[in-house]
Amino acid sequence: MNKFSGLDYFDITSLLSEDEIMIRNTVRDFVSAEVIPIIEEHNRLSKFPIQLVPKMAELGILGPTLPAKYDCAELNNVAYGLIMQELERGDSGIRSFASVQSALVMYPIFTFGSEEQKQRWLPQLAKGEKIGCFGLTEPDYGSNPGGLITKAEKVDGGYILNGAKMWITNGTIADIAVVWARLDGIVKGFLVEKGMKGFSAPEMRGKHSLKASVTSELLFDNVFLPDENLLPKTVGLKNALMCLNQARYGIAWGVVGSMMACYDSALTYAKSRIQFSKPIASYQLTQDKLVYMVTEITKAQLLNLQLGRLKDKGLLKFTQVSLAKRNNCEKALDIARISRQILGANGILDEYPVMRHAANLESVITYEGTHEMHTLIVGEDITGYSAFD
Amino acid sequence: MKIAVCVSHVPDTATRVKIGADRKSIDPNGVTFIINPYDEYAVEEALKTKEKLGGDSLVYVISVGTDANKETLRKALAMGADEAILLKDDNPRDSFGIAGALADEIKSLGCELVFFGKQSVDYDDSIVGQITAEMLNYNCVHIVVDFKLDGNKITAEREIEGGREVIETELPAIITAQKGLNEPRYASLKGIMAAKKKVITEKPAAASTNFSEVIEMNLPAPKKPGRIIGTDSSAVPELVKLLREEAKVI
Ligand SMILES: Cc1cc2nc3c(=O)[nH]c(=O)nc-3n(C[C@H](O)[C@H](O)[C@H](O)COP(=O)(O)OP(=O)(O)OC[C@H]3O[C@@H](n4cnc5c(N)ncnc54)[C@H](O)[C@@H]3O)c2cc1C
Repeated sequence: MNKFSGLDYFDITSLLSEDEIMIRNTVRDFVSAEVIPIIEEHNRLSKFPIQLVPKMAELGILGPTLPAKYDCAELNNVAYGLIMQELERGDSGIRSFASVQSALVMYPIFTFGSEEQKQRWLPQLAKGEKIGCFGLTEPDYGSNPGGLITKAEKVDGGYILNGAKMWITNGTIADIAVVWARLDGIVKGFLVEKGMKGFSAPEMRGKHSLKASVTSELLFDNVFLPDENLLPKTVGLKNALMCLNQARYGIAWGVVGSMMACYDSALTYAKSRIQFSKPIASYQLTQDKLVYMVTEITKAQLLNLQLGRLKDKGLLKFTQVSLAKRNNCEKALDIARISRQILGANGILDEYPVMRHAANLESVITYEGTHEMHTLIVGEDITGYSAFD
Repeated sequence: MKIAVCVSHVPDTATRVKIGADRKSIDPNGVTFIINPYDEYAVEEALKTKEKLGGDSLVYVISVGTDANKETLRKALAMGADEAILLKDDNPRDSFGIAGALADEIKSLGCELVFFGKQSVDYDDSIVGQITAEMLNYNCVHIVVDFKLDGNKITAEREIEGGREVIETELPAIITAQKGLNEPRYASLKGIMAAKKKVITEKPAAASTNFSEVIEMNLPAPKKPGRIIGTDSSAVPELVKLLREEAKVI
């Protein structure tokens, strides 16, 4: 196993607690031992490495910030961010799996669910015995989820659900879907279970990005949901957005993992590749590229740490999360593309991780709010003018 | 049963060490320290043994050294060890000195089964386990790749040149772990959080004699750069000649 030591140009580790460091290092070693050796093959075959789920669960990275009484590790948000960072150093698809399970399935059940729902689902989701997905996006409503048309109707003993979701991570492999639908015009969260009559989740094929992650449609054709499958504390679209805010926080951290993987690959390559009798690392143009990467990674690391500390103090604003998600995804994509450039032709091979990261990041910059939407969110916050409604 | 694991805190094998100003120790600046990799097998075997025995078995981890060693003790606690003991001494000790402190503690704890790594990757003496066994008058099996405990009886396999040797012995005993003995578990995140609540008991390491002293440390001479004598089969005669006359390997 090749050890990965990360990049820490400003000794940011010294700002972490002993257990935060230990958690980061543990997940880092896990990724080196379990993810790196298998990921290229799975990516090539467009296959999610589902065999990693029990191992991730055993490590405790599913719903890690939730209370111990639901079999979770009760970590703080900085530790959670570090987990996401290390997972994404392996692959954005693996991080996406953990993000969805933790921030988009366990978090809403914990926050908007009844005690019975929590008892029933959280421990199983933490142990990886059940997999979850989150259905908000629809074929005609992406950046504007407020328009969603999936509909629930009250009937005797429950609800009838009709509609369709698209681009749903984990959809086909999920045992439970947190689905957002209108009930009397108001957006509410529902728990739809695998095998319910009228519910299907076909996988979407032909992706050039996040190939090691499952992406699906969710189709609801008169699906009957018993009363207890409504998340009782959901009162509108803002609850769905609260979930997205959790997931975006994880993404802001996660993509720093991709950045470090690409930088590591580019630096190693630049030092060993000889052209015109010298390593390409010795040329000013290459150094400019590498220095840009180190600078942007360091800035993103500091941004994330403060983001996490604010979240742990309960002071974090969603606009700050938007700024971080927006910046870090953009820089990660820049770094992946520049790394690809440094690797020359080798950069397109899956012997190196950079092209996979570059392709993955095209999804990451789009989902959980596109780059543009985060621009508009921060733009509205600082000017007072909403540019999108 | 009380089981002990003795662990050392060593520079990460991936880091480049520099020699300190005193020329007798390494410069710890910028060096990451980790639990000695062979000790991870020792911790795992102790935990597995405890899990098999069930009941009120306890796993103690013990380390001789400075406050810095607490990091390694924490790691063992996070993997699942029950209690940690730091035997403090800010002065360097040789293998004999370390064994003296460990033997004293193992005796006062009353541990009948003790695991070590087969060697510590810092000084590579590969002797602390055996000296400790001698001091305690315990049986000892060194470089173990398979371990079974049945009541009082131990069956251990050790690696020897070209094969394996099966040894039967009994408690009390010291076992030193070799790679292959098991697959060390990850410290789970819950384990890490639980380890925060466990205390590390600190006490001065028992006095013990050192029988050796580091006089000076030197880095090995830098490797000479390689030489390319040709890129096709016409270079073979020259290569054979150099291997015979210069490198003297054939
Ligand atoms: C791999 C993958 C996994 C996903 N997983 C999930 C999931 O698990 N659950 C889920 O619910 N969704 C998921 N999504 C969906 C994702 O959140 C949406 O794709 C995203 O919100 C964008 O929606 P859209 O694709 O419909 O793009 P659109 O909203 O149609 O946007 C197209 C373009 O127009 C721009 N645009 C839109 N409105 C404006 C405006 N007002 N001003 C300026 N520009 C604008 C956008 O920024 C974008 O560049 C996933 C997507 C991908 C690719």
